[in-house]
Amino acid sequence: MRSRTWLLAIAALIMVSALGIAVGPTPLSLHDVVLALMGRADAATVAIVRAIRLPRVALAALVGAALAVSGAVLQGSLRNPLAEPYLLGVSGGAAVGAVLAVSAGLGGSGVGLPLAAFAGAVGAVVLVLTIARAAGARGDPRVLLMAGVIVGAFANAVIMVALANAPVSAVRGATWWMMGSAADATWERVVWLALPVAVAGAALLTWGREIDVLALGEDAAASLGIDASRAARRVYFASAVLAAATVAAAGLIGFVGLVVPHIARAAGVRQQRPLIVAAALIGATLLVGADIVARTVARPAELPLGAITALIGVPFFLLQLRRLG
Amino acid sequence: MIAFRDVSARYPGAPGNALQGVTLVAERGAVTAVAGPNGSGKSTLVRALLRSVSLSSGLVTIEGVDVHTLSRRAVARRVAVVPQREEPAFPLLVRDYVAIGRYPHSGLWGAPTAADMRAIEAAVTRAGIEPLTGRRTDQLSGGEWQRVRIARALAQSPEDGSRPGAAAIVLDEPTTFLDVAHEMAVFELLAGLARAGAAVLLVTHQLNLVARFADHMVLLHRGSVAASGAPGDVMQASILERVYEWPLVVTRDPAVGAPTLVPLRSSAAAGTRP
Repeated sequence: MRSRTWLLAIAALIMVSALGIAVGPTPLSLHDVVLALMGRADAATVAIVRAIRLPRVALAALVGAALAVSGAVLQGSLRNPLAEPYLLGVSGGAAVGAVLAVSAGLGGSGVGLPLAAFAGAVGAVVLVLTIARAAGARGDPRVLLMAGVIVGAFANAVIMVALANAPVSAVRGATWWMMGSAADATWERVVWLALPVAVAGAALLTWGREIDVLALGEDAAASLGIDASRAARRVYFASAVLAAATVAAAGLIGFVGLVVPHIARAAGVRQQRPLIVAAALIGATLLVGADIVARTVARPAELPLGAITALIGVPFFLLQLRRLG
Repeated sequence: MIAFRDVSARYPGAPGNALQGVTLVAERGAVTAVAGPNGSGKSTLVRALLRSVSLSSGLVTIEGVDVHTLSRRAVARRVAVVPQREEPAFPLLVRDYVAIGRYPHSGLWGAPTAADMRAIEAAVTRAGIEPLTGRRTDQLSGGEWQRVRIARALAQSPEDGSRPGAAAIVLDEPTTFLDVAHEMAVFELLAGLARAGAAVLLVTHQLNLVARFADHMVLLHRGSVAASGAPGDVMQASILERVYEWPLVVTRDPAVGAPTLVPLRSSAAAGTRP
């Protein structure tokens, strides 16, 4: 990717973020936004910008970046263009946690549901890693992929059983949560998301060159001094932490992890380290943009964020495919 | 020098040993070829070198150092293997692909050093792939791709590295799927590397080219060494027929007089047709 394209990507994120702060029930001009950010607007505007809109934009950006990075490193390390965190059991586990929490009456606005979702996601990840390890298949990261898909399928079955006899309100609550939303953003949530994202993101950036080697296949990885299955499990764990943290913060938001890495590659980013950075930028931009659409189109109601990411992302992705072909 | 001393290895759950008391030495300045039927243990030999399969007995050494006392990265710094199959999941620029050969030498964050750049440059020149460096790996022909892979191995095990001596390179069937000209070009490249002082260990099915290019040859059969020595000594009809379990004759090729294997039609064994 040329430096001009990098600048463009950064500018796009800044612009869409400014728009995200400006748009809302009380429309603000970009001038108001800048003043409010500096604390020089009237108290009400400052409060709207700093306490409501900024955390929401920050949360959406972090979620988008984390999901995109998660997908980028999974596709590379598992050598599969279809790999993404949601395919690998993370979403399934999180959904099981959320549905059980809602069934147990924890569906309110407290931390019960996000915590349960995070616990479910981590549980699924541990299960996937355990299965992959037990299945052995020396050096074959595909086992991880299969274990992830199987755990995801099992989670779906558990959800259906749990929801089959649940009260309608519980079903609705769980379903709404599963569609994803940044509406409950608070600075507290942003910080809780930023911590794991920073740690896992830094780890993945550090392993960037190792992931480049993994992408050559297990034999080539062995000849370059890497134990492919172990390295792939490590990358999987870090990327699953990213995805699980986003699930706890904003529910299930599909598609970003799958498509954003491909958009970055289509822009000419090939090596893993720049790919991680580019995917984070594009993912953040896409999700902040999707969140603006989600909260404006059907105002005052909100549309599910997960649906919007797909509605925006699919045509964009098809356009990229056409340009490649 | 890469040496296997009385090496036996068994895969978990397998009924017998994949390698049984194999001894072979790949000297510097020579092409050492390993041949043998499918399943005779050729690839297991490469895995034993990379510690991807554990030995039940014996010793694999590089320059006299037991590979099991080394980390995987340390092994990768001493010997570069070009595996049989390899395809980047996502295309890379050839330049960046060759640079991956420096991975075992660099730190976790290390930016490429001057030594890295020199090794990459030398590898590109030696493999003759200068015109390809700006291309993508998915835009290469089969022959170009093999040369690029050899360049990656040369960057990994450079001729002018910090260590004394020259490169050590192991190739697992590098000319499968190549036409005659590209196959010859790869063999010439490997012979040139050996002349420059590299230890070249070559796993291949191309017995007739082995006879012309290799200095030393090892024939594997069911995990054991069936014969080893100069290609002229190993390439004898009685030995090859027993190992490959197929009727054949060994003749001299008319151009250079090297021993040449000619497999016969199966009906010829029964004497129905010459």
